[in-house]
Amino acid sequence: MRVEQISVFLENKAGRLAEVSAILAEADVNIRALALADTSDFGVLRLIVNDNQKAIQALKSRGFTVSKTHVVAVEVEDRPGGLNRILDILNQAGINVEYMYAFVQHSGENAVMIFRIDPIDEAIKLLQENNLPVIEGSKVYTM
Amino acid sequence: MILDIGFETMPREDLEAIILRRLKATIDRVYANVPFYRKKFDENHITPNDIQSLEDLKRIPFTKKEDLRDNYPFGMFAVPMDNVVRIHASSGTTGKPTVVGYTARDINTWAELMARSLAAGGATRGDMIHNAYGYGLFTGGLGIHYGAEKLGASVIPVSGGNTKRQVVIMTDFGPTILTATPSYALHLSEVAEEVGVSFENLKFKFGIFGAEPWSEKMREEIERKLNLTAVDIYGLSEVMGPGVAIECHEAKKGLHIFEDHFIPEIIDPQTGEVLPYGETGELVFTTITKEAFPVIRYRTRDITSLNPEPCICGRTHIRMNRVSGRTDDMLIIRGVNVFPSQIESVLMEMDEVEPYYQLVVDRKDNLDTLTVLVEVGERLFSDEVRHLQDRERKIAKNIKDYLGVSAKVKLVEPKVIARSQGKAVRVIDNREI
Repeated sequence: MRVEQISVFLENKAGRLAEVSAILAEADVNIRALALADTSDFGVLRLIVNDNQKAIQALKSRGFTVSKTHVVAVEVEDRPGGLNRILDILNQAGINVEYMYAFVQHSGENAVMIFRIDPIDEAIKLLQENNLPVIEGSKVYTM
Repeated sequence: MILDIGFETMPREDLEAIILRRLKATIDRVYANVPFYRKKFDENHITPNDIQSLEDLKRIPFTKKEDLRDNYPFGMFAVPMDNVVRIHASSGTTGKPTVVGYTARDINTWAELMARSLAAGGATRGDMIHNAYGYGLFTGGLGIHYGAEKLGASVIPVSGGNTKRQVVIMTDFGPTILTATPSYALHLSEVAEEVGVSFENLKFKFGIFGAEPWSEKMREEIERKLNLTAVDIYGLSEVMGPGVAIECHEAKKGLHIFEDHFIPEIIDPQTGEVLPYGETGELVFTTITKEAFPVIRYRTRDITSLNPEPCICGRTHIRMNRVSGRTDDMLIIRGVNVFPSQIESVLMEMDEVEPYYQLVVDRKDNLDTLTVLVEVGERLFSDEVRHLQDRERKIAKNIKDYLGVSAKVKLVEPKVIARSQGKAVRVIDNREI
């Protein structure tokens, strides 16, 4: 049930993000979701794309440092308290969320959130036990 | 003031006779006591008896920094450790420091030469000396300190750092002589200004600055901002420490080398050929009075020239011009010697770091800053910003622990560091000295 996310190291300077999106466009890779975390010197771009292999290859060949990480995609009810319910469950189990971001696309009525959690498998199990819809990778890449 | 009229103004002929006698005694001693020198002499079919004139010194091979490293830590000492009363060390090219030792007599000689230096720079026994050179393994702090006491001046061992407190001391105690690195002197003036203290209201008359390269332009700036007369001092731990050569405040035109203790030569760094007076090349020293750590034809890697013209101050000792550069890639940052290879070994010891780095040196508010750019390869990279920041801090801490110099570490994308003909450009020095 894990989803693969790719992360790219970027220096904090003009045009770097555009460079990544241009490379991905050229490689015919579609970006499904993205989040950028940054400091004054550098940033880490996290991406969910439709074709990881192609994206990684294209970025690496252009000299970017890229890594692959596993994250969890969860459907979140699009109403007040929807996100809170998930975080509560994880929190009570002592599971830490490193970071999270929202998917652009909805899944039917619901929003989709990406969670970077550790330990990931325990978190997936816990969410499923609580009847929270965890979305499979293959579905996420083509949403 | 000339402290030791007898030696410092001695006619050249008499001086040279003393130099030769001391040189011969030194050669005898190193041949007998230091296996490294004995081997060098034997390999080149030279015996101490072959050295009969100052010209003969040229026949002896050079001693290099690597030789000191190969004999780390105490292999170059010429006396048993029982007779060593002090040990200092400075950075070496590979992380291992260069270790030097002093007998009680060496310490006394050093204090005397430092006292001569302080006097040449304008100090007298009635002065109070604010000594902002670092105390510790570095020879700067203690070297000046002992010289100041020998001179009979009052020394404030304030050492480096804690600049605001230094300004308070300068204001309240009223020291008349400042000893510091030139960049720290300028930093002091800025901090003083920030807290509303003007050097015009302080009592400084003379400043004796060294341990890092500086220029005439910097001298003008220091003299203007600190309202004192600034002179240049030269030394290196391998030869003794500060007090090998000093500018007289009367001329401020080149540094008198204490030739009754050190023989200078200028060589072509490529061929090793000795160059005539006036020509620029690498400065080489032979010590002729040191007991614990004598060096024979030691290549300093400092670039300068020698000036034998008589000086208006009356000293007969030859002058060296301001050091204009280095033959190696050594950087001096806030008085600390830093070799790019040392940073490299710190990085190589960290598994996740690639050996792609670049050192950027700047001078901001008159303080030297070192930024280490480190390329982020796959092993160093993490999708979590927190981990990347931890790694930046870890690298900076290791550099500080290992080299004793604070550096800002900045992670950069691969291939950002310019590679010239496959070899990375390791150092960008933006300082205008």
